[in-house]
Amino acid sequence: MKKTSSLLNAFSAVIKRDLLLAYRFRAELINPLAFFVMVITLFPLALGAEITLLKRIAPAIIWVAALLASLMSIENLFRADYDDGSLELMVMTPHPLSILVLAKVIGHWLISSVPLLFIAPLMGMMLHMETDIIGVLMLTLLLGTPVLSLIGGIAVALTLGLRKGGALLAILVLPLYVPILIFASSAIDAAMTGFAISGHLSMMCAILFLAITLTPLPTAAALKMSLS
Amino acid sequence: MTHLNKLEAYQLSCVRDDRILFNELNFTLTSGQVLLIEGANGAGKTSLLRILTGFRRAESGHLLWNEELIENSVHFYEDAAYIGHNNGLKVALTAQENLRYAQALSSTTLTIDDAMAKVGLAGYQDTLVRLLSAGQQRRLALARLLCTHKPLWILDEPFTSLDRASIKLFEQFIETHANQGGLVIMTSHHETQLPHTLMQKIHL
Amino acid sequence: MFMRFIYKFSSPPYFYAISAKMLPWLTVLFLVLLGYGLYGGLVTAPADYQQGDSFRIIYVHVPAAWMSMFIYVVMAISGGIGLVWRIKLAEIVSISSASVGASFTFLALVTGSLWGKPMWGAWWVWDARLTSELILLFLYLGIIGLYSGIEDKRTASRAVAILALVGVVNIPIIHYSVEWWNTLHQGATVTKLDKPSIHIDMLIPLLFMAGAFKVYYFIALLLRSRNELLEREQNAKWIDELLENVK
Repeated sequence: MKKTSSLLNAFSAVIKRDLLLAYRFRAELINPLAFFVMVITLFPLALGAEITLLKRIAPAIIWVAALLASLMSIENLFRADYDDGSLELMVMTPHPLSILVLAKVIGHWLISSVPLLFIAPLMGMMLHMETDIIGVLMLTLLLGTPVLSLIGGIAVALTLGLRKGGALLAILVLPLYVPILIFASSAIDAAMTGFAISGHLSMMCAILFLAITLTPLPTAAALKMSLS
Repeated sequence: MTHLNKLEAYQLSCVRDDRILFNELNFTLTSGQVLLIEGANGAGKTSLLRILTGFRRAESGHLLWNEELIENSVHFYEDAAYIGHNNGLKVALTAQENLRYAQALSSTTLTIDDAMAKVGLAGYQDTLVRLLSAGQQRRLALARLLCTHKPLWILDEPFTSLDRASIKLFEQFIETHANQGGLVIMTSHHETQLPHTLMQKIHL
Repeated sequence: MFMRFIYKFSSPPYFYAISAKMLPWLTVLFLVLLGYGLYGGLVTAPADYQQGDSFRIIYVHVPAAWMSMFIYVVMAISGGIGLVWRIKLAEIVSISSASVGASFTFLALVTGSLWGKPMWGAWWVWDARLTSELILLFLYLGIIGLYSGIEDKRTASRAVAILALVGVVNIPIIHYSVEWWNTLHQGATVTKLDKPSIHIDMLIPLLFMAGAFKVYYFIALLLRSRNELLEREQNAKWIDELLENVK
C-alpha cells in the first residue's frame, strides 16, 4: 500500500505546483515584465535619444534593468510558502531540502525571468542595437539570469523572518551580482567591438554551474533557520 | 505500521529572549502514545514543538528518533509531519491539487479520495481551498496527514477554528492513529476526550 | 591538546578573565609598533622620486586594505566554526569583527581617495582595487544590516555566518571580475605600487604599521567581544559572581 516518493517526483512536483500557482495568478506575471520595460524607457528619457549614445549603452541598460527586475521579483520566492506554512511541509520530506530549493528557484526563474528573455530583443531594437549583438545579449541573459535567481535565493531565505526585508535584501544581493553583470556586459562589449566572446561566455557558464551546485546549500540552511 | 518508533528527549532546555522557557525536560514517546503539552500562553509550547520538529535547536539537550539524533537522522523528516497555526495549504489550488503535491513529496498511504471522504470532505476535490471554510481547511490538513505515510504527528493547536463535531472527528483520528502504532505530539487549550491510557502530559 | 585549549578559551568566563589580562600588554605592543611604524614611515623613509611625500599615505592605506580582507576571512571562519560546533564565542568573534572590518574598509577607501587626488588629479578613480574595496564595504554593510535586523541574536549570528561564508566564496570571483573589468575598460593607464622594487627603508615601516593594525584589530575585537558577551550572558551565573567580586 505504501508508495514512496522519488526525488525526481518531488522535484518536478515542486516546479509544477509553482507553475500552476503562477498560472492561477497570471495577471501578476506581467509585473516584472512591465518593470523591466519601464526602467529601460527611463534611460532615453533621461539621456536624450541620440542614436550612437543609446547604441553604445544599450547592453548596460538592459542588463541593469534585468538585474533590478530580478531583484524585485525574487522577494516572492519563499514569501508565500513561509506565510502559509507550506515551507514546513517542504522541509519535512525524505528529500534533501537543497534539491527542493533548486526546484523552487528553477520554477521562479521560469516564471519571472524567461518572459524577460522574450521581450529583451524588442528592447534592444528600441535602443538601436544591431541584430547579431542582440543575439549575444540574449545568450548572456540566458546564462546570467538563472545565476541572479540562485544568488538572490540565499538573501531571500536569510531575510525571510524579517518584517522589513526589502532594502536589506538589495544590500545583500547587489554586491554578489557584480561579477555576473561584469562578465555579461563585457561579453556584449567584446561582440560590439568585434572581439571573440567565447571566453566571456565560458566564464558565465562556469559561474552558472558553480551557482547551481553551491547556492542551494546556504539557501536551504537559511530557510531552516528562518523556521526557528 | 509494523515496527516500533520511539522519540526520546534528554535534558532539553529552551531560552528565548534571555528567558528560560523550560529546563531539563525529559520524555520518551513510543508507538501508540499521545503526548499532550499544556501550559499558559507564552510558556513555550510552540517553541517546544519547534524544537521537536528540528526547526529550532534546543539551547541544550538532545532529541533521538529511533536512537538517532534527529539532526543526523535521515528518517526523521520522512516520518514526521507538522501542522502549525497555518495549514500549509495553497488557497489558490484545489483541495486535490494540494493533496497530490503533499503525496508527491512524501510516501503515500491512502488515496486522495479515501482520505477526503474520511474527513468528511468528499465531493470537494475540485474546490479551490480559498472557498473552503476555516474548519474545512483544517480538516483538509488532517486529510493530508491521513494520505501520507507519517508515523509521527506534531500538531500545534489542532482544534482551533473547528466546531465540536469536527473536534470529535479529529480526536477520533488521533486515537486511531495511536492505536495503529502512530505517535502524536500536540498542544491544546481544549479539554481533550482522548482515553487516558494513551496519554502522557507535560505541563510547561 | 589544541582542541582542549580552544574549548577552554571559548568558555565565556575564562575568555572574559584572560582577555582582561591580555589587554594592557596588547596596548603596549600596539603603541610600540605604531610609534616605530609612524616614525619610520613619516620621517626616516625617503620620499618617493615620483610622488614626493604624498606616497606616505600608503602607511595607512595599504595596511588598512590588507586588514579589510583579513578581517572578512576571520569573520567567515569564526562564523563557520560557530555554525558547525555552536561555540558561542566564535559567533561573538564573528559579529564583533564585522564593524571593525567595515571601519578598516572605509579607512582604506578614504585614504585611497586622498591618495588619488595628487596621483591622478581626481578624488575618485574607478581603479580595480578601490572598486573591489567599495564592494567589500557593501558586503560588510549587508552583514551588519542583517545582524541588526534579526531580533534573536543566536539566530542572527547564524544568519550572518551563512552570509559571510557565501561572501568569502564570492570575494575572489568579485575581485577577479573587477580586475578584468578594469583592464578591459581602462587599459593599463593607471598602475600603482605594482613596482616590485619597493625600497627596503620604505618596506620595513610598512610592515610595522601592518603589525600595529593587526594588534589594533585584536584589541578592538577583544573589547567588542567582551561587551557582546556581557550583553548576551547577562543572566548567566558567572556574571553575577563577577559583579559580587566588584562590590
